[in-house]
Amino acid sequence: MASSSRRREMTTAVIDAAVQPAALVHPAVAAALARHEALAKRLPGHRHGWIREMREDAAAAFARAGFPTRRNEEWHYTDPRALVDTRFGEPIVAADGAVTLPGGMPDAGAPKLMFVDGRFRPDLSELAALPDGVRVESLAALLEAGDEALSLRLGSLADRSSFVALNAMLAEDGVVITCTAAPDAGARVHLVSIATASGDRPLAFHQRHVVSVAEGASLALFESAHAAGATPYFNNTVAEITLGARARMTHVRLQAEALGAFQVSTVFAHLAAGAEYDSFVLAAGARLARNEVHARLEGTGAIVHLNGAQLGDGVRHVDTTTVITHAAPACASRQTFKSVLSGRSRAVFQGKIHVHQVAQKTDGYQMNQALLLSPESEIDAKPQLEIYADDVKCSHGATVGELDANQLFYLRSRGIPAPEARAMLIEAFLADALEAVRDERLRAALADATALWWARAHAEAGA
Amino acid sequence: MPAVAETIDTVRDVTEAGYKWGFESDIEQDIIPKGLDEDVVRLISDKKAEPAWLLEWRLKAFRAWQAMEAPHWAAVSYPPIDFQEASYYAAPRQTVAPKSLDEIDPELLRTYEKLGIPLKEQERLAGVAVDAVFDSVSVATTFKDKLAEKGVIFCAFSEAVHNHPELVKKYLGSVVPAGDNFYAALNSAVFSDGSFVYIPKGVRCPMELSTYFRINARNTGQFERTLIVAEEGSSVSYLEGCTAPMRDENQLHAAVVELVALDEASIKYSTVQNWYPGDAQGRGGIYNFVTKRGACRGAKSKISWTQVETGSAITWKYPSCILQGEGSVGEFYSVAITNNRQQADTGTKMIHLGKDTSSTIVSKGISAGFGQNTYRGLVRIMPKAHNARNFTQCDSLLIGDKCGAHTVPYIESRNPTAKIEHEATTSRIAEDQLFYCRQRGLSEEEAVGLIVNGFCREVLAVLPMEFAVEAQKLLAISLEGSVG
Repeated sequence: MASSSRRREMTTAVIDAAVQPAALVHPAVAAALARHEALAKRLPGHRHGWIREMREDAAAAFARAGFPTRRNEEWHYTDPRALVDTRFGEPIVAADGAVTLPGGMPDAGAPKLMFVDGRFRPDLSELAALPDGVRVESLAALLEAGDEALSLRLGSLADRSSFVALNAMLAEDGVVITCTAAPDAGARVHLVSIATASGDRPLAFHQRHVVSVAEGASLALFESAHAAGATPYFNNTVAEITLGARARMTHVRLQAEALGAFQVSTVFAHLAAGAEYDSFVLAAGARLARNEVHARLEGTGAIVHLNGAQLGDGVRHVDTTTVITHAAPACASRQTFKSVLSGRSRAVFQGKIHVHQVAQKTDGYQMNQALLLSPESEIDAKPQLEIYADDVKCSHGATVGELDANQLFYLRSRGIPAPEARAMLIEAFLADALEAVRDERLRAALADATALWWARAHAEAGA
Repeated sequence: MPAVAETIDTVRDVTEAGYKWGFESDIEQDIIPKGLDEDVVRLISDKKAEPAWLLEWRLKAFRAWQAMEAPHWAAVSYPPIDFQEASYYAAPRQTVAPKSLDEIDPELLRTYEKLGIPLKEQERLAGVAVDAVFDSVSVATTFKDKLAEKGVIFCAFSEAVHNHPELVKKYLGSVVPAGDNFYAALNSAVFSDGSFVYIPKGVRCPMELSTYFRINARNTGQFERTLIVAEEGSSVSYLEGCTAPMRDENQLHAAVVELVALDEASIKYSTVQNWYPGDAQGRGGIYNFVTKRGACRGAKSKISWTQVETGSAITWKYPSCILQGEGSVGEFYSVAITNNRQQADTGTKMIHLGKDTSSTIVSKGISAGFGQNTYRGLVRIMPKAHNARNFTQCDSLLIGDKCGAHTVPYIESRNPTAKIEHEATTSRIAEDQLFYCRQRGLSEEEAVGLIVNGFCREVLAVLPMEFAVEAQKLLAISLEGSVG
């Protein structure tokens, strides 16, 4: 039929896009590819063939994929147009120079590894305080050295979707963490990302992290992202995490980006037998935030916990997308996500549990709940089960609603003013997810960020 | 089988005399060449002596269809369909109608026996050329009189076009527009016939309506169109389909069903679908690509869909409700079974537009053999749907490790006063339940049948009585060979 042959033509055109960018490619895609061309020679490790090849591959993948639109099923509820239409410049910044640090950065009680506009800053980092068994290297440095071991780890878990490919072709830096610390060592690291967000020009940076926790080792990684100014920027971070057999990793992330920022974060985690990955994300910043986690359970008895909370206010759009792949028997996955939305904010939750035929005895559970505080807020949820094994126990649940009028009445009848009563109920609602963070210091840091959001949301409701 | 021959003879004797049109000559006249273009659409309209507005409507749908691509988002796979390879005015099975039950697949006959379907009924279902089962004719006539008394219109769609053009014109395409989706547009362009039901104000339809009794709606072919309008304060229960498999080859069925419920009206639409599912290797079977949608236009109106889907090689269908009237209610109860190589992608859409609207979704998916079963649903709360309420429960049961069960619900809320609850589970038949049943002397197959019936009870309970019994038997039959 005519229509199908037309589609074939289109596909061919997109594949050829890398060769002839002018013809059919979206201007934003062409601009990103052009920047890749222009910057290529200055990107770390350019003189090494395998690194050049890797970047060229990524550029080809990006040219093919383009930026997603709402026609992509994975982006059905999140329209990245505002991000796509903004022209960012890649920083290529020096890894030194004075920086004004934003206030209110949490103290996680762990040595800090500082990133400024996507570049690792050893001078600002607390490298000397790193615990035994934790090796930290700058990705840029390893790339410059053409590190052979890195060639096996970098890009081994990531897919070739738009933003991941964009990251791969433009990433200047990141951190490579190798952990062999035993569980009783209590190894902790705090990764801080600062956007200077100053000047007139919006910047984009593409941090690329590689984390490996060796067999039987254990690591707690805390990540927080902040901005020192208010100029829009784009933080497009990709992390590849490998857990060896019986390895444990706690991964708590606080996203307190500038309210005008764009943020896309994609985590790929692969778990060997008996490994345990425990992740929490608090999305409290950025006008457009997308948090994707792809966890793959590859060894028998692996366990993954993905939890998180999305706090919306103003016109912010927050999106959590998770894909858990059960590719081995007797693994368990647990997910709890909460969204609280005020103003005209919008939250999206997409969670997929994919159970392969070999993954018998899978235990999968997912819960997502949303609280709408204002008439103009919106929640879109798509929990999804895709199951090819029969001896499984998988379930998901979703609820959407507003604050319970009876509970509010109960508190008010005890003399608690309405705003406080609402705050209490919201806190209780979020507690379910936050309680999954067992470390008290981290939980306190998250609670502070929640309080900041609530102050904004409350002011908005009062206005 | 002398009894069979006897019945056929009796039927033939009785019918041939009074059946002037002659079934066979009918066929010869009505086959049009393969292919689909505007001329074919015009020809169909012309053959039915349709008014100009309906032809225009068909052409509009056809042009929309030409610009569309077949949907590929459903979790089903099949070779591309060549729409130019089919004839759009004559059901192919009429041309190859077997002369007697002896020519019918014994496997099919065995199923009929298990369902306890009388012989002549078997012939009807198998499409044996003795078309008019005489007592059904008389039954239909009796019913028609009784319905006419109440002012209920229940006739073939083509008949309604001629006798009640103002009603058809007013409501046709008002729920499923001509260009709604690929298969609905195709149906709108080439639909052959179907049913039309109109329940006047305040009338409670005195009986359950079913195509079963309406002889002239039989063999309406691949593209049926059903339109049911329930006026203010009226109610009707409509049964669709037959409870035994139709003998049919690999064929596309793209039907459209539109329901309109006005103030305080209620429509209950029940389907038991058991089209030919293809053989165990996945050869043959029906592609059942159906668009069903109901509009609760009036305050406190109610539309309830109940479906038991055991047949078809591929099922693609999402009976939906548009809850527009204040306090209107939508329901969707579904059992879908896929065995062997069957694929089903089915679910519902509940679109909440009005205040105090509520919807309930209960879906039970059962996968066995190499079957793939997907629940795909949407609950959408629009900004004005204050105090809207939805409850959704999707359960999947897996029998065997070669099949798949998938759940893809979309939940969208734009009103804080709305309450939505959704839960979904996937599991297999519990060993202890099976063991318990086996211990009490049930065979494994019987035990599975029993457990599956229990799993589906919330849906079976809302089926009209006559359907429920056969649906239960069907569940067991559909799962035959899936255990042990």
